[in-house]
Amino acid sequence: MKRNPIRLLPVLGPALVLGVLTACSPAPIAEGISDPNEAANRRIFEFNSRVDSVLFASASRAASDNGDTSAGPRRAPLRERVHDFAANTALPSMIVNGLLQGRVEDAAHNTVRLLFNTTIGLGGLFDVATGIGLEERSTDFGETLHVWGAREGNYVVLPLIGPSTERDAVGIVVDFFTNPLTYVLEPPARYWPPLAGPVTWATNRLSYGSAIDDLLNNAEDPYATARLFYLDSRRYALSGGQSGDDLYDIYEEAYE
Amino acid sequence: MSNPPLSRRGFVAGLAGTALVAGLRPAFAFSAADAKDLIEKVIADIQTIIDSGKSEKAMLKDFEAIFSDYGDVPVIGQLVLGADGRSASPAQKAAFAEAFKIYISHKYGRRFREFIGGRIEIGGSRKVKRFYEVITTTYLQGQAPFEVVYVVSEKSRRFIDMKIEGISLIKSERAEIGAMLDKRRGNLDKLIADLRKM
Repeated sequence: MKRNPIRLLPVLGPALVLGVLTACSPAPIAEGISDPNEAANRRIFEFNSRVDSVLFASASRAASDNGDTSAGPRRAPLRERVHDFAANTALPSMIVNGLLQGRVEDAAHNTVRLLFNTTIGLGGLFDVATGIGLEERSTDFGETLHVWGAREGNYVVLPLIGPSTERDAVGIVVDFFTNPLTYVLEPPARYWPPLAGPVTWATNRLSYGSAIDDLLNNAEDPYATARLFYLDSRRYALSGGQSGDDLYDIYEEAYE
Repeated sequence: MSNPPLSRRGFVAGLAGTALVAGLRPAFAFSAADAKDLIEKVIADIQTIIDSGKSEKAMLKDFEAIFSDYGDVPVIGQLVLGADGRSASPAQKAAFAEAFKIYISHKYGRRFREFIGGRIEIGGSRKVKRFYEVITTTYLQGQAPFEVVYVVSEKSRRFIDMKIEGISLIKSERAEIGAMLDKRRGNLDKLIADLRKM
């Protein structure tokens, strides 16, 4: 842990410079569905669903069996600690991405969050920041690419990861290798930061299990539903909370 | 009214009076604040239902009432049915809208347990084209807060859609209903009958 913090400079320095340089405008928010590799995507989706049901169905059932289901999905205490710790480890990536996007306020917000959770939150095991208004301002390199003007590309389903787009897939790879913590930690510890994102995702998956199972597995066409959910929620997040014109066109039909 | 809380008769009379007054004076402009008031009532009703501790069956009936009271049921039905509804008769359209109301309120109402101990905060409202959007944030235990936007029609002054983190209920159910209809070879009457049982 005592590694020289100066080592962060090669990561943060260019991040700041690039962040300032991002005067370029973000890519337009895509509309409609571009899924030219649907057949292949469907096969990967089937594979993921099978893996998912083997890995998670029994685990999430066990989690809800030993807990009080009447209170809805709640993470078991241990899983909650794993989730919070992993989410905290992933924060430095989000801070760098915030800077790369020129969103200094979000980066500062996440930095204060990181400080709180790493100190008072006992090294990130407890998320104390959310309760005092320092919720996670989630971001990733896929969003950075969007801000830099890269277009969404086609819809893709990634093995084990699930729904994504070409742009977001590049983002996932970059995020995997660029968590700044990887470069300041000594060997055994430095293998952990790249896993922070996936572990956060998996621990979320376990607690949201029942809701996702309900909506996706009971859907007439789970593949199409997952695609719609991914694209619409992602575009909504990237646009800062605006729906595309295609939705208002649907509403307008009420006036015809 | 000096009667105890608000008798049913008094309520109905009041309602009729309001309708009369509304009918007599020129339509006043509907504003973003009015849309927000409407959704405040919706949220208050949802909270009351969840806190009531009634049986699931009774709660589902109450969730249906939220759609009847504050939702534009015919329009929601029309939007969900989309192009598939063009050839439907007026009676079929009305029957579908009713059946969809039951299906959707049960589908989401069954998830009420997740909301126990949670809370919903109402944020701002804004006008987008001919619609009003009311932004709410839902805080559930053990989950990151998420945004739900209610879309209110200026014309009917009732809600026509709900967007959860950008996922529109109308848009996703339109795909869902379309697939269900395909499965039933376009037999709308069969779909209506099935939706009522789901």
